[in-house]
Amino acid sequence: MPVELVRETSPGRIFTVTIGASAAEGGTRAKTITVGGHGALPFLPGDAPSPHRPVVAMEVMDAVPAEWPDVLREPLADVLDSPADWARKAVEVYGADLVCLRLFGPHPDWKDTPPDAAAATVRAVLDAVPVPLIILGCGHAEKDNDVWPRVTETAKGERCLVGVAVPENYKTLVVACLADGHSILAESPIDVNIQKQLNILITEMGLAPDRIVLHPGNASLGYGLEYEYSIMERIRLAGLQGDKMLSQPVLTIVGEEAWKAKEARLSETAMPPWGALASRGPAWEAGTAAAFLHAGADIVVLLHPDAVAATKRTIAGLAPAASA
Amino acid sequence: MFVIGERINGMFRAVARAIQQRDGAAIADLSRKQVAAGAHALDINTGPTADDPAEVMAWLVQVVQEAVDVPLSIDSPRPPVLAAGLRACRRPAIINSTTGAQSKLDAIVPLAVEYRAGLIALTNDERGIPRNAAARAEIALTIVARAMEAGLPTDQLYLDPLVLPVNAAQDQCEEALEAIATFRTLCEPAPHILLGLSNVSQGTANRSLINRTYLAMAMALGCDAAILDPLDKDLMDTIRTARILLNQEIYAESYLQSKPA
Repeated sequence: MPVELVRETSPGRIFTVTIGASAAEGGTRAKTITVGGHGALPFLPGDAPSPHRPVVAMEVMDAVPAEWPDVLREPLADVLDSPADWARKAVEVYGADLVCLRLFGPHPDWKDTPPDAAAATVRAVLDAVPVPLIILGCGHAEKDNDVWPRVTETAKGERCLVGVAVPENYKTLVVACLADGHSILAESPIDVNIQKQLNILITEMGLAPDRIVLHPGNASLGYGLEYEYSIMERIRLAGLQGDKMLSQPVLTIVGEEAWKAKEARLSETAMPPWGALASRGPAWEAGTAAAFLHAGADIVVLLHPDAVAATKRTIAGLAPAASA
Repeated sequence: MFVIGERINGMFRAVARAIQQRDGAAIADLSRKQVAAGAHALDINTGPTADDPAEVMAWLVQVVQEAVDVPLSIDSPRPPVLAAGLRACRRPAIINSTTGAQSKLDAIVPLAVEYRAGLIALTNDERGIPRNAAARAEIALTIVARAMEAGLPTDQLYLDPLVLPVNAAQDQCEEALEAIATFRTLCEPAPHILLGLSNVSQGTANRSLINRTYLAMAMALGCDAAILDPLDKDLMDTIRTARILLNQEIYAESYLQSKPA
């Protein structure tokens, strides 16, 4: 019996955001990444084919947290002290589409690195890889506001995605991004109203709505995943209904939360039925990432190389290149 | 809420003057202002001043679509003027309007089909203006049946429950609201329900307040389109707020500061 599929059409469309600028566009990237442009819920090409597939970014840090487990350190041991080498390995060996550079070092409670040192790190990473950069601050508002203008200036014209803007601290970052031609990652704490509010505030300062990517909070499998999932889904639905202040592509930072899960950390002797420790963390990352892809994530930020490989397979399966 | 801007109408003195002097810049300016204020479409009415209304209509359509890229609502009681306007339109338009009268339906429904246009239909007929919601629904049903017969998709219909000035026919404000709820159930897909809003406050002292209060009430009952003055900011803010309260748009503290959807 023939089955007639129900097709949905939506009045709205998710903005298209390009990260990275080629030489012709005023940057130096050999490769740029474009996300968004969707006219339907994720992976429903029959409703409306999505012009751009989700992409995988690999995290690179200027300072590695002391509590990082060995399973995570081991594959990256040779590059953990050099963000440029780490970035190169992420792209050349593991096939990351973009690099997400986390500038933890400037945090006053960490290394209190001066803004110029952070800018030098950004330059070194830009020189090391041909792919676009996502650059995230340390989360200390005052220090971020010192670091951001130096960093965006160093990367002027490269059209990076810089973050995170939060409702309590977004003005300096917006001004810096406007001046140096970057886009903004806007974060809200798993709250669709606040996410919309933040977007209104950012666009009021003159940044175009198609230069914003949303980061609707952090969660992982077993630890709040369903909240973030439903917020991401609600954002996409509002965008498809025509709400321009919720029509942006979505980024999710998976690694950080996934590796906090006890399932990723407890030793085999402590919990024999859970199986090999070496595969649990990457599996936790990949499982979390797969869920968020279904909710509409456009950029998935990961830590472990095995999680990157698994997530790339998931994307290839969900969105074959033909519909990309 | 589909907002059709009402300002390009020869009834307004400034527009009549612009038409008389063929001042395209003034018309273009008024078009851009309405769209910037949140109009999704613009109504075009030559008004009574025109010598050759068909020619004036075609000119207005050309000037407006040079200035803005939104659908136009071609507003005239005379089929030849409607046809002239529709011919000049680059994109599918809306016809404003037919009534439930046989002679009107005979002349105008085929135009809507031919030009793949939306059709605004007032729920009155040869017998005049109906005096209650049931009589409005009866006429609406005639219009819906006629559209289906002619092959006009029912979601291209904009049924107007015929709002009358509150100072002249106060009881009819409530009857028109009641009719809205009934209209929605007439066919599948449901027709749009449109108000010619400014009529409700005709000749009153508090036009803007009466307009926006009535529109908020109508939206709650299912009205999803209106011909109104988008330059009335209080009215446009009321629409945004009603959309929030009806869960049609997501709340944010400064939702009024963002550009309307």
